[in-house]
Amino acid sequence: MFELCHLAFVQDGLMKLRLPWILAFIVAISMTTACQRSRAGITVAGSTSVEPFAELLAEEYMSSRSESRIYVQGGGSTAGIEAVITGAANIGMSSRNLTEAEKKLYSVIVAKDAIAIIVHISSPIDNLPLDKIREVFSGKITNWKELGGPDHPIDIVTREEGSGTRESFQKFVMGKEDISLRALVQDSNGAVRQVISSDPNAIGYISLGLVNEQVKALRISGVQPNLANVYNGKYTLVRPFLFVFSGEPAGEAKSFIDFVLSPQAQKLLLKEGLVPIIEKLG
Amino acid sequence: MQVQEKVIERILLLIALSSILILALITFFIFEEGIPLILKVGPKAFLLGEKWIPSKGLFGIFPMIVSSFWVTLGALLFGIPLGLACTIFLSELIPPSVGTLFRPAIQLLAAIPSVIYGFWGLIVLVPLIRNHLGGPGLSILAGSLVLGFMILPTIITISEDALKALPPSYKAGALALGATHWQTIWRVLIPAARSGIVAGVILGMGRAIGETMAMIMILGNAVKMPVSFLDSARTLTTNIGIEMGYASGGHRQALFATGIVLFFIIMALNTLAIFLSRRRAG
Repeated sequence: MFELCHLAFVQDGLMKLRLPWILAFIVAISMTTACQRSRAGITVAGSTSVEPFAELLAEEYMSSRSESRIYVQGGGSTAGIEAVITGAANIGMSSRNLTEAEKKLYSVIVAKDAIAIIVHISSPIDNLPLDKIREVFSGKITNWKELGGPDHPIDIVTREEGSGTRESFQKFVMGKEDISLRALVQDSNGAVRQVISSDPNAIGYISLGLVNEQVKALRISGVQPNLANVYNGKYTLVRPFLFVFSGEPAGEAKSFIDFVLSPQAQKLLLKEGLVPIIEKLG
Repeated sequence: MQVQEKVIERILLLIALSSILILALITFFIFEEGIPLILKVGPKAFLLGEKWIPSKGLFGIFPMIVSSFWVTLGALLFGIPLGLACTIFLSELIPPSVGTLFRPAIQLLAAIPSVIYGFWGLIVLVPLIRNHLGGPGLSILAGSLVLGFMILPTIITISEDALKALPPSYKAGALALGATHWQTIWRVLIPAARSGIVAGVILGMGRAIGETMAMIMILGNAVKMPVSFLDSARTLTTNIGIEMGYASGGHRQALFATGIVLFFIIMALNTLAIFLSRRRAG
C-alpha cells in the first residue's frame, strides 16, 4: 500500500488523483467482502471430527444448487450444540451422544465411526482383549513381553485432551481409569498413524476409516474391526456422528439433511472411511 | 503541497501506531483470558503443579516449564559450538569472496519453514535415535538437535556483526605482538566481542523457547516430568499448539495462562539481549 503511494508520488505527482482512487478501491473491496458474508445461508458448526466430512458434503450439495450457501465451522461437539441452542448455528455437529439435558434437541445420526486400536505392521500381536488394552493405556502393562510379544517397552500413543476420539476411547476402553501421563500425545488421527507406522513398539487408536496398509488394526477379543462387525454389533468401539437441530428441521437445513441421508451422500461417506447408516448401498 | 505532506505524515503515524496498538491488544487479551484461571487455581498450583489433566481440572504446568528449559538448553549445547565455529570460519578464516557464498546459505536456514525442520526430524532423526539409543525416538534429544540447527542463523549473524564491529587495531595489535592468528581469534577477538555474541545466543534462546510446530512433531508431547534426554516432553508452546483445537472454558483459559508464562520468559530474554548489546555499543 505504502509502496504504491510512494511510487505514484515520486513518478508523476498525481498523488492528488491517486489517493482517493486507492481509498475507493479499499472501500470497494471491504464492501464486497461484507456482501458475501451477508448472503443468506446456513451455518453448520461443531465437532472437528465431523467437520471434514461435513465440508465435503456441503461442497457436493452446493455444486448442484448454485443458490445455496452452507458454511461449515469447527469448534468441538459441545460448542456446536451450544451454538444450536443460542441460534448462532443452524446445525450442530456432534461426535458424541447427547447428554440428558441436550436430549430435547432434535438429532439425526448421519454416520457412525469405529475406533480401531492400531500397532506397527511388524508387531506379532494381533488380538487383545479390552481389559489388556486398558491396562496398557493406563500404564499397568509396560512391556510387550507381558502380552506375549518381544521384550521391549511399549510406546503408548494417545490423542490430546479435548479430542472427541480421545473422549470416545476413554469411555469405551478406559472407563474410570486414566490414560498414562507417559503416553505420547499427537494432535490428529494422521499424526498418530504416522508415529505408529514408524515405531515397532507403539500402540494407539484412530478412526477405522483412516487405517491403511501402514499400520495393523488389532482384533478385540477376536472381533475384527470392519463394517460387517460394526453393523452386526460385535465390534463395540463405535461412536455416532450426529447432526443436531433446535427443532424439526425446515427449509435449507431440511433440504441439506435430506441430502446427507441420501444414498449418494452416504456412498461418499463410505468412500471417506465412515460407516454409513444405510447398510445396503446399491 | 504542504497540507498533503501533513496528511501523509498523519497516515503513516496512524499505521505505525496501529502496530503498537495491535501488540497492546494481544497482550491485553492474553492476560484477560489467562489471569482468572491462574487466580482460580492458585499461582503456586499452576506454576509448580506436576499434573496437567484439564478434564479433571488439574492445571499444573511445571513439567512443561522444565521441558522448555531442557529443550532450549539442549539446543544451545548444539547451537553455540556450531554457531561460534561457523562465525570464526566466516569472519576470519576464509577469503571474503568465499564468505559471500556461505552467508546467503546460512541465511537461507532461517527461511526454511519450521514444519520442514519438524518433518525432517520426524523422518530422519527420530528413527535414528529410536534404533540406536532406545526410547520412543520422539524425544528431547531429537528436539534439541533440530532446534540447534534452527537457531544457527540467529547466532551466526549477530556474532559475526559483533566481530566485524571491533576496531581493526585489536587484531593488528595482537598480531604485531607476535600472537598467532588462532591466538588472536581466541584470546583477543572473541573475548572483545563477547557481549555481542552473548546477545546473539540469547536471541537464539528466545527463538528456541518460542518454536512450536517443529516441536509438536518431534517431542512426542507427553505431559510428564522428563528424566532423560531420551524422554518425550511437552514444552509451553507445544502445550498451547496441541490442545487449542478443542479447548473450551477453563481449559482454554489455562492455555492462555500458559501463554502468559511464556510471555514473561520471552520478555526477560529479549530485555537481557537488548541490555547486553547496548552495553557493547556504549
